[in-house]
Amino acid sequence: MSSSAGANGAPVKSTGLHVGEPAPGVKKVDPIIVADGIKRQFGGLTAVDVEHLEIPRGAITALIGPNGAGKTTLFNLLTGFDKPNEGTWTFDGQSISGVPAFRVARKGQVRTFQLTKALGLLTVLDNMKLGAKGQSGESLARALFPWFWRKEEQEIEARAIDLLTRFKLDAKKDDYAASLSGGQRKLLEMARALMSQPTLVMLDEPMAGVNPALTQSLLDHILDLKKEGMTVLFVEHDMHMVRHIADWVVVMAEGRVVAEGDPHEVMANPAVIDAYLGSHHDQDLGDPDTGVVTAIKELADDDADESKH
Amino acid sequence: MIDWLLLFSNAAQEIISPTTAAYALAALGLAVHFGFTGLLNFGQAGFMALGAYGYAIATLTFGWPVWGAVLFGIVASIVFALILGVPTLRLRADYLAIVTIAAAEILRLLFTTNTFEPVTGSANGLQGYKGGFEDLNPIPAGTYGFGPWVYNEYDWWVRIFGWGLVALAALITWRLMKSPWGRVIKGIREDEDAVRALGKNVYFYKMQSLIIGGVFGSLAGMIFILPRAVVPSNYQTSLTFFIYAILLLGGAATVLGPILGSVVFWVLLSFFSGFVARAVEAGWLPFMSSVQAGQLRFILVGVAIMLIVIYRPQGILGNKKELAFVK
Amino acid sequence: MAHAASSPPARKARRLVVSLFATVFAALSLSLASPAAADEVGLDEYDFRIFGIVELDDAPLEDVRLVITGSGFEVEVETDAEGRWAVGVPDKADYNVTLDEESLPEGIAVIDEEDETPNVREVTVGQSGSTVANFFIGEGERNTVSYVDQVLDRVFNGLNFGLLLALAAIGLSLIFGTTGLSNFAHAEMITFGGLMTLLFGVFLDVPIWLAIPIALVLSGLFGWANDAAIWKPLRRRGVGLIPLMIVSIGLSLAVRYVYQYFIGGGTSQLPGATDTTNSVGLFGLTWVDVASMAVSVVVLLGVAYFLLGTRIGKATRAVSDNPALAAASGIDVDRVIRIVWIMSGALAGLSGILWAYFRPGVSWDMGFQILLLTFAAVTLGGLGTAFGALVGSLVVGMFVEISTLWIPSDMKYVGALVILIIVLLIRPQGILGRRERIG
Repeated sequence: MSSSAGANGAPVKSTGLHVGEPAPGVKKVDPIIVADGIKRQFGGLTAVDVEHLEIPRGAITALIGPNGAGKTTLFNLLTGFDKPNEGTWTFDGQSISGVPAFRVARKGQVRTFQLTKALGLLTVLDNMKLGAKGQSGESLARALFPWFWRKEEQEIEARAIDLLTRFKLDAKKDDYAASLSGGQRKLLEMARALMSQPTLVMLDEPMAGVNPALTQSLLDHILDLKKEGMTVLFVEHDMHMVRHIADWVVVMAEGRVVAEGDPHEVMANPAVIDAYLGSHHDQDLGDPDTGVVTAIKELADDDADESKH
Repeated sequence: MIDWLLLFSNAAQEIISPTTAAYALAALGLAVHFGFTGLLNFGQAGFMALGAYGYAIATLTFGWPVWGAVLFGIVASIVFALILGVPTLRLRADYLAIVTIAAAEILRLLFTTNTFEPVTGSANGLQGYKGGFEDLNPIPAGTYGFGPWVYNEYDWWVRIFGWGLVALAALITWRLMKSPWGRVIKGIREDEDAVRALGKNVYFYKMQSLIIGGVFGSLAGMIFILPRAVVPSNYQTSLTFFIYAILLLGGAATVLGPILGSVVFWVLLSFFSGFVARAVEAGWLPFMSSVQAGQLRFILVGVAIMLIVIYRPQGILGNKKELAFVK
Repeated sequence: MAHAASSPPARKARRLVVSLFATVFAALSLSLASPAAADEVGLDEYDFRIFGIVELDDAPLEDVRLVITGSGFEVEVETDAEGRWAVGVPDKADYNVTLDEESLPEGIAVIDEEDETPNVREVTVGQSGSTVANFFIGEGERNTVSYVDQVLDRVFNGLNFGLLLALAAIGLSLIFGTTGLSNFAHAEMITFGGLMTLLFGVFLDVPIWLAIPIALVLSGLFGWANDAAIWKPLRRRGVGLIPLMIVSIGLSLAVRYVYQYFIGGGTSQLPGATDTTNSVGLFGLTWVDVASMAVSVVVLLGVAYFLLGTRIGKATRAVSDNPALAAASGIDVDRVIRIVWIMSGALAGLSGILWAYFRPGVSWDMGFQILLLTFAAVTLGGLGTAFGALVGSLVVGMFVEISTLWIPSDMKYVGALVILIIVLLIRPQGILGRRERIG
């Protein structure tokens, strides 16, 4: 699985991705995603406010930042799962602003979720088959007549088993996905995304909740994606892993892109350290919700009042 | 003394009664909605009413032949599904529940009001639409059958037609759920965002499912009125709840579950009602009047729904491992 | 008009027809039971009947519209070519039969010198199971209410209805907000209030001023019992929201028929509910209506103070907005939910009592009759927001009542439910809901 690793075991890094000084919004030589002026507000809170961002093609880009920095929100916006208040963005040169999530996926931009969405009451194999694009048996009219899609189904199954073998899940193919462990579900979700033969794979915290024994294998799979010519964009907390596999790092804090660049350089950037240290007391509030914040503040005030008396 | 033989024979008749077939078909529609797709349709009574009224009105008011009347009922339910689905299928699941239950009530009130009395017969409903269906009956006049199941040619025709339709619908559902289409549908039940992320037009699939289950409901409405008249008060919200009870009893994400559920439901209900009624007459239950005995069945259905959902959510036929229940 | 040529003196003496034959005619028409005609409504459906004949000097008047209301039931009927009409009614009870004078021929009206509103007759369906309602018809001035008065009448009725709906809707909304449960058995909590008032105020002869507080306390306890016996254990088991919703449907069905088991299918009146002598003299309101509105407003203000001003109210809002976060910040979520259930039970009970005065009458399914409107109100306002439920209720209440100016009153609930669907179409988050709430 370490086929993409260099002679000394470290992965081969792609370089020369950007044009000019690495700064937030820097131009890329060959961007796959270009986003402009994306703003998303929840109530009064601005969750995402990105002026300009380009994601390089054929590389592994990490999106990092403290909790509540707007990484997942940006993911949701770029994949059509959420709508921004303003902004435009393109994928592979085509505008996909406001395009529904399923169309975005059909164009070859496939994502996974922070909380794994393995379809629990479907078998592992069915989960995989669902990932294949353009199946004629998925049309209602043809679904009733198996001879239209039986051959295609066999091909899909062969491809699915192939991928499952690669992800070491082939032994579980007839089990319900609900019976898999957390890490196995992450693997399944990634493998399922690959069934659609995407050009860009977006992974939302692929390592979260995965036991250490599986992390290395997950990292290798991510490196394999690049080797097969796919672009990877992933959200991660763990700096160590980011440094290990990412070719490019984008740092977000409070909804903005505060730094960009080569992983080693970015880690030394004062803005990044500031972003992490300056907000370490922040808590993940889940859905930013002014109502609940106000209510809780009021409660805290009451407590303060009571303790005075 | 209680005539046990009569009780058993009455209960046995329910096994093949057209009412059982109608409920089975309606529950099968609901299985497509709720069990396989995870759509909370609380307006199945509305789909049934559209089938019943669609058929009766097309026959009586427009003078259409049987096939035209059936088609009219089906088209009406498709239009109804579109009206319900367009605004709600993009929203959270509970919105569909509220809108479908409201829409079914709207239909019932529209069928009950005096304003459209010449067409709908208002509270009295409609009758006299069975001629065309009777003419299609290939069975020669006479009485057939054995044991408790002895009927005349019309009654047999209704039963054969009704159960034939149920069998056809079950076959279609089975085929669909084994196909890639069914895989998408079940995926949507599990997590529609995940399915969306794989490039499937979730909204479109949910709409197709709503229409298929609705058409089953509409056909069920037609079977339902073949042995009786069309009366608007039959299509109350509690009809939908009865169908849910049947679906949950049999197993929500199974093809044969709704059918078995309907048979079990009606046999038990008939036996239980008959037994309590006779027991009251025989003076075994001195604290109960015969009217109260009639209400016991509803209490029982309500309690049964609660117990099944809590203790056996997968129903009779459902697989314990595949809990077959929407989260 | 062959019969119209009766002798002038007779006409002069009194231009009216009280047909003694009406009974005979109507009975005949019933026995013939011609299928489905506008002149006979609901005869098959209900056991009891009211019937009559509308004639002018022995000449039958066709297509005269009558509205029969009472014990929470309403039906319209038009006379046939022989001037006859008959309706089925659900209970042995008092009914108002109103003859719509607009539907009489030009220059004809219902006349009766002793009666201020001769076109409205009160009849009682008694032991025989049927009764006759006939009118004195002749040339004369119609008893019409001016359009403005009609509108005002409806507005106040709608306000009253909307306020009592709000009491139930806020409870439903708070339960939904704090536990995620769409509680279909809320209908039975509404009925419970009416039933307990009936039990104490009528069956046990407790004075009504005492019976109502007793009923409210019991309603609160009923809410608590609902949670303690069913919902709390199910939450502990981690049962999903949709199964919970279906359990509530089963519970609703079972409890509703338990009610019917004990009080039967009829309607009983609370003390003072059908008393028409206590009219305020404005907008067709009675003092009972005024008291009902006043109580609703005071209680709703109390609820608002509770939610905004008290510690536990703030905790309730916090739990409603984000239970996990609220629990993390030290709020006792179980306690909040318990209080919400007690409060919702009491509010629903009060709503039921006021609804029993509004309809008027207590019946086993009275709560179920307005359950959908309550859900509509909650959804309209925005699921899970208490103040949205209030706004939604007022909109629904007003709309239901005011729409009867243009649409037949037996379709008045249709309008409210159609509005619900239209609002969801253009503003799915409801009137006061936030966009983020849509899943």
